[in-house]
Amino acid sequence: MPPDLWTLYALMLKSRLFEEAVAKLWHDGLISGEMHLGTGEEAIIAGVVANLREGDAMALDHRGTAALLMRGVDPVLVARELLGYPDGLCGGMGGHMHLFSKEYLAASSGIVGAEGPAAAGFALAAQYLRPGSVAIAFFGDGAMNQGMLMESMNLASVWNLPVFFVCKDDGWAITTKSVEVTGGGLNERAQGLGVATVEVDGRDVSAVWEAAHIAIERARSGQGPTFLHAHCVHFEGHLLGFPMVRIADHPLREMPGIAIPLTLSILRPGGAPLRDRLAGLRTVVASVLSTMRDPRRDSANDPVARVRATLESVPVRLHELEDQSQKEIDHVFASALMEVPS
Amino acid sequence: MRSMLFTQAIDDALAQAMADNPRIILFGEDIPLLRRNLLVRFGPGRVRGTPISESAFLGAGVAAAMAGLRPVVEMYMVDFLGVCADALLNHASKIEAFSGGKWTAPVVVRVPCGGGYGDGGQHEQSLWGWLAHIPGLTVLVPSTPADGGGLMLAALQHDGPVIFLEHKLLSETWLEFLGSGARSTVQYDVPADGAKGPVPQNWEPVPIGKAFLRRAGGDVTIVSVGVGVHRALEAAQALETEGISVGVLDLRTVSPLDNAAVREVVALTGRLLVVDEDYEGFGLSGELSAVVLEAGISCKYARVCTQTTIPYARQLEDQTLPSKLRICAGVRQLMQ
Ligand SMILES: Cc1ncc(C[n+]2csc(CCOP(=O)(O)OP(=O)(O)O)c2C)c(N)n1
Ligand SMILES: [Mg+2]
Repeated sequence: MPPDLWTLYALMLKSRLFEEAVAKLWHDGLISGEMHLGTGEEAIIAGVVANLREGDAMALDHRGTAALLMRGVDPVLVARELLGYPDGLCGGMGGHMHLFSKEYLAASSGIVGAEGPAAAGFALAAQYLRPGSVAIAFFGDGAMNQGMLMESMNLASVWNLPVFFVCKDDGWAITTKSVEVTGGGLNERAQGLGVATVEVDGRDVSAVWEAAHIAIERARSGQGPTFLHAHCVHFEGHLLGFPMVRIADHPLREMPGIAIPLTLSILRPGGAPLRDRLAGLRTVVASVLSTMRDPRRDSANDPVARVRATLESVPVRLHELEDQSQKEIDHVFASALMEVPS
Repeated sequence: MRSMLFTQAIDDALAQAMADNPRIILFGEDIPLLRRNLLVRFGPGRVRGTPISESAFLGAGVAAAMAGLRPVVEMYMVDFLGVCADALLNHASKIEAFSGGKWTAPVVVRVPCGGGYGDGGQHEQSLWGWLAHIPGLTVLVPSTPADGGGLMLAALQHDGPVIFLEHKLLSETWLEFLGSGARSTVQYDVPADGAKGPVPQNWEPVPIGKAFLRRAGGDVTIVSVGVGVHRALEAAQALETEGISVGVLDLRTVSPLDNAAVREVVALTGRLLVVDEDYEGFGLSGELSAVVLEAGISCKYARVCTQTTIPYARQLEDQTLPSKLRICAGVRQLMQ
C-alpha cells in the first residue's frame, strides 16, 4: 500500500500551523519557560505516526507536540496545556516537555534518552497485553550518546521487543555538533546491539512512511526492533529564542554582548599561552559561523514545502486542504484562548 | 568595590582559580559555548564539551579527580543528575571512606537548580536535600554573587566532592538562555540582591559550612538557602510594619550544616521557620528541626517548602514554591 500523500500532508500541515501559532503565543509571553518546536521534523513524525493504530504506544522527547497532534489528541487540550490552563491536556501541570495522553499511550520526557526505556516498557506490556501492537521511541541524535537509550536497544534486541527506535538526526545537540561528540556511526551502533537499521531522508515523508511501514510490520509480526536514522533540520535552532539563531539573524544587535566579555577575557593576564587562547577563540567563532551556515536555516529543507511541491499539480484540492487546515487551527486557538481561567 | 551578576561572579572566581591552578579543567554539555569566556582564556584543553553521556563524564570526572586533576563537571540541570546519580551516590561520596581516608575525589559538580520561570517539575527541582542526604558529599547553595564566587573558590580548594548549586532564577545567563532573552513579554520574580551585587576585587574563599546572618530579628528566625533567603528577607521587611521582628539566616552550605549558627539564633528567638524551595518531606526542613531538638532547644517550629511536583503553569508554580505570602503566613502562625 503506497502512502497517501494528501493524508500525510494534512498531518504535517496541521502540526506546522499549530506550532507556528504556539511560537507566536510564546513570543507574546503567554507560554512560559522553554519552548522546543518540532518544525522541520514533521515528515518523520507524520511518516511514522500514520502507520500507527489503536493500542500502539509512543515515547516522546522534548518536541512531542507534533506527534500527539498527528496521533489525534485534541489540539485545543494541547493548546490549553501550553497556556498552563487547569483544563489543559495535563491540567496545566506538564507543559510542552511533559505532555501525556493515557488514552493514546503517549508519554513525553524532557530527560534526553528516556524515550528508550519508556518505549521498551510499552513494548513489553504490548507483548503481554496487546499482541501485535508496537511502541515508538522518538529521540534526537544527541540522545544516541545517552547510556539508557543504548541499553534499551540491547534490551529490545534480546527480548525481541516490538520497538521502533526513531532517531531524528538534525546534526546538533543544542550548540554542540553531534559529529564532534559521537564516535563511530549511529547505524553501526544499533546493528552492534542486534537491532535492524534503516536510514532515510527525514525531509521526505514518503520515504519515512515506507521505511516505517516495513519496520512497524516487522515489529508487529514478532520480528523485533528496528532503528530508523532519519535526517532533518530544526528551523528555530534548539528552542524558541535560541541565542545562536538570534546572533545569525541580528548580528549587530547580539554580537556586542558576546564580543566584549570575550575580548576582555582573552586579554586578561594569567591563563593559557596565546596559541591556546586563539584556539579557544577559533572554536567560538567556528560555532557562530556554523550556525549562520546551518542547513536548518535553509527553507529548501522544509519537509512541509517539499511534500506540498509534489501536490501542486492539483491546485484546487491543495488550496482547499490548506484553507481548511488554517481554519481549523484558527478555530483551535480561538477556542483555546477564549476562556481564560481566573 | 566591583559589582557583578551572579553567574558572572562564579565564572570570575573560577577563572581566578584556573589561573592559579593548572589542574582545574571544565567539562560538560555545550561548555565551549556556555563558558566561552573561559575557553578563550584557558584554551580548548581545559574547557571541553561532552556528549550527552552524563554517567560517563561525571563518573570520569570523579576518577580524574582521584588521579590528580581538579575537574569542574557541569550538568545542565540538577534534575538530570538522576541519570548519573551512581557517580555521586556510590562513588564520589564513598572514596574517602572506602580507602580508609587515604584517597579523595575532589571533583566540583556545578549544576543549575531551582524554579520560578515556568519550566515544570522535571527542570526546576532543588534537590539539595536529596544530595545532602548522602554522607561524603558537600552541598553548596549560594544566594548572592559574592557568595557564589567565594564558595566556588572554596569548592575548588576542598579535598572532596562538592556539589555547587547555581540557582537559575539568580542567573541572568540561564534565564536569558531558557527563554527571556528573545522576548520582553515575560517577567520573573528575580531577587535583585541575589542577581547582582558587590564582589571583592580579589576572590577569597567563603568558608564551607558557615551560615551567614542576613538580618537580625528578635521574634522569629527564618533559616533558608538560595532564592528562599531573598523571599524570606522580603517577608521580614513586610512583617516589620506589623511589629514582628524577623531574622534571616542564610545557610549557604546545606552539607555540612552550620549547626552552631542555627542553634544560636533559634535559641534567641525560640521560633524557627524554615523556608526551603526543596521538597518538604525527609529533607532540609526536617533536618533543621532535629538540629535544634538534639541541642535541647525548645522552640516553636513551622516550615514553608515545596510539597509537590512543581507545576508547569506559572500561577500554580508560584503557589507551590515558597513565596513571600506563604512565609508571612508562616511567621504569623508562629507568633500566635
Ligand atoms: C539527561 C539530560 N541531559 C541534558 C539535557 C539538556 N538537553 C535538553 S535537549 C538537549 C539536546 C538534545 O539533542 P538531541 O537529542 O539531538 O535532540 P534535538 O534537540 O536536537 O532534537 C540537551 C542536552 C536533558 N534534557 N536531559
Ligand atoms: Mg539533535
